[in-house]
Amino acid sequence: MTSPTPEQPGQDEAAQDEAAELGTSGKQPAGAIAGPTSGVPSSTSGLVRYWPESTLLQHVLLMLLAFVGIVLLIESLGGFQVSQLAQMAYYVPAVAGLTLLTGVNGQISLGHGALMAVGAYTTALLLMHVEGIPYSVVLLTSVLTTALVGVVVGAAASRLHGPYLAGATLALAVGLPGLTLYFEHELGGEQGLRVQPPQAPEWFGSAYFFVTGTDLTGSKYVTLVCWAAALVVLLLLSNLLKSRFGRMWRAVRDDEVAAQLAGINLGRNRVLAFVVSAACAGVGGSLLAIVVRLASPVGFTIVLSIFLLVAIVIGGLGSLTGAVLGSALLVFLIPFVTDTGLGAGLSSAQAANLAPLVFGIFLIVIMLAAPQGVVGTIRLKYLTRKAARQMAALQQQAAATGGAQRDGGAG
Amino acid sequence: MQQFVNLTLNGIVLGAVYGAFALTLVLIYRATRIINFGQGAMAMFSTYLGLQVVQAGYSYWLALLVALVSGFVIGGVVERVVVRPVEKGPEINAVIVTLGLFIGFIALAAILFGNTFESFPAPFALSGITVGETNVAITPNDLYRLAAVLVAMAALAALFRFTDLGLQLRAAAFGQEVARLLGVRVGRMLTLGWAMAGFFGALAGMLIAGGGLVSPNFMDFVIVFGFVAAVLGGLDSFLGAVVGGLILGLTNTYVAGYLDSSLVTMAALAILVTVLLLRPGGLFSSSVARKV
Repeated sequence: MTSPTPEQPGQDEAAQDEAAELGTSGKQPAGAIAGPTSGVPSSTSGLVRYWPESTLLQHVLLMLLAFVGIVLLIESLGGFQVSQLAQMAYYVPAVAGLTLLTGVNGQISLGHGALMAVGAYTTALLLMHVEGIPYSVVLLTSVLTTALVGVVVGAAASRLHGPYLAGATLALAVGLPGLTLYFEHELGGEQGLRVQPPQAPEWFGSAYFFVTGTDLTGSKYVTLVCWAAALVVLLLLSNLLKSRFGRMWRAVRDDEVAAQLAGINLGRNRVLAFVVSAACAGVGGSLLAIVVRLASPVGFTIVLSIFLLVAIVIGGLGSLTGAVLGSALLVFLIPFVTDTGLGAGLSSAQAANLAPLVFGIFLIVIMLAAPQGVVGTIRLKYLTRKAARQMAALQQQAAATGGAQRDGGAG
Repeated sequence: MQQFVNLTLNGIVLGAVYGAFALTLVLIYRATRIINFGQGAMAMFSTYLGLQVVQAGYSYWLALLVALVSGFVIGGVVERVVVRPVEKGPEINAVIVTLGLFIGFIALAAILFGNTFESFPAPFALSGITVGETNVAITPNDLYRLAAVLVAMAALAALFRFTDLGLQLRAAAFGQEVARLLGVRVGRMLTLGWAMAGFFGALAGMLIAGGGLVSPNFMDFVIVFGFVAAVLGGLDSFLGAVVGGLILGLTNTYVAGYLDSSLVTMAALAILVTVLLLRPGGLFSSSVARKV
């Protein structure tokens, strides 16, 4: 096993992590130039003083703030926008899981749509056959089932790399919908399974009324549940990425041989990343089932898998912020593009295919022009500028002290 | 017994076409070390161009010519414009670009030609040949498919083995630096490799489409089968791709005949995973991947 790399004080490590996430191994991380002392802000004021030092507390606080924001959004938005918000909530865990796999660990999966299907069908079956089962149990079971499938696929993945894994997961994505036809009696065939979304417990409804002053409708409740689950996934992943595992996954991505020499077991490492990522896709699938209220094969085609990939590529490979941004783009860009197509005089069937066309072009153009994605490109600019500033400051300092020494020697 | 014979004959025909398609993936992989997941979609697009010619009232053979030439052009242009910039970068970027080609071409075809199933004419009869008393499940169209694949493969083998151009192509695939030092225009060879792959991909698309239905998604399964066949053969060997194609074609018809056609892709996945776990380099691998 590996020994954890020596911890460095707060800011320095965060900056290095950021640089590592960007995959800019050639560039000096900004923090390394700054050194452990000059990076710490000398005076803190206002709200910043209450910002906790611990990574876990920081993330928990962020997620709580985000949840409050979601409640405010739900209350201020109309019905259609609430449904879009719910849609985004089921994309977020799946996209975040995929960004962990592709951006951080360097494996590519085209099967995450199929893994979402596993989560969705498990949820549908449980809600259909087990009376009065709480949704939390359903969600956990769905996640476990998907993780189990992830172990099987991931075990194969541990021996594969790059295009091989992409091909194997492509076969999974194309083939898995066929199983729903084969087990037509159990899985509903082409029609799929109807899903009864969970109802809010009475105490929760009254508590919600007490806080916000409005009634909790069914769709509002589902949206809240989805976002709570999505935020928990983000919280867990953001901590995982800052941990030993995150560093090992990045090491494997950047240089397999170097990682092996550092004592990292490549196979075990890859399987673990794949299983975690699959579990996230399971969360996404389960949430999708209760939002859409249907689990059917047409919902989980290869196009879904590629859309998830589009989301992480646009947002920026390996960045959770990018994953959230990418999910939002999926939800809001698809109807926008379709409407634009309809407005330009395309038939509805043609307009429906405009979004995949635009996304295909996006994938190619981003890979050619800005492989870091939106978040990555901005962060890279920021880090480069910061490093340049600190470099200049250091040089100035060196020139000043050097000059002083010369003066001293002369005098 | 009769069913077994029929399934086997069908499997051989199907396998030959899959083999031809797997060959195109190998061509591209040898040239640029990239697996083109957009290859099926590109072949589909060429086939649709052929379909337009047929629907305009011209003969199947003109349609075939149009499809093949368009496949050649699309393959070359795609390599030169979108693939060249990512060839040297991380493996994953190239895979993502080819996936962009995958959904991009399918969506473009759906917008231009409609998202419905359309029937594609076959150049030869589609009823079985009668041998003595029994009706064999092989049609004149099947014989045409087999012959077309065999001719194409023979032409490709002759090109690589006996011509100066073939030698240059092999040199560029073997070692770009050395080939360049010896005066081979490596960039041109890579483009040519992709263009030839587009050509044979279009041929495979036309052979699969003939006598059946086409939709913008009709090659989705074929890219999976072609990929599995190519990996069975080790991704690097033309003969391996063809044998892999035959294995896959036979398995597919047996699974569809004795079990259910909805399980065909999962069977292909099972074969792929088994082979990769037991012999990661494919059935015919001899070389060992260099790591450092």
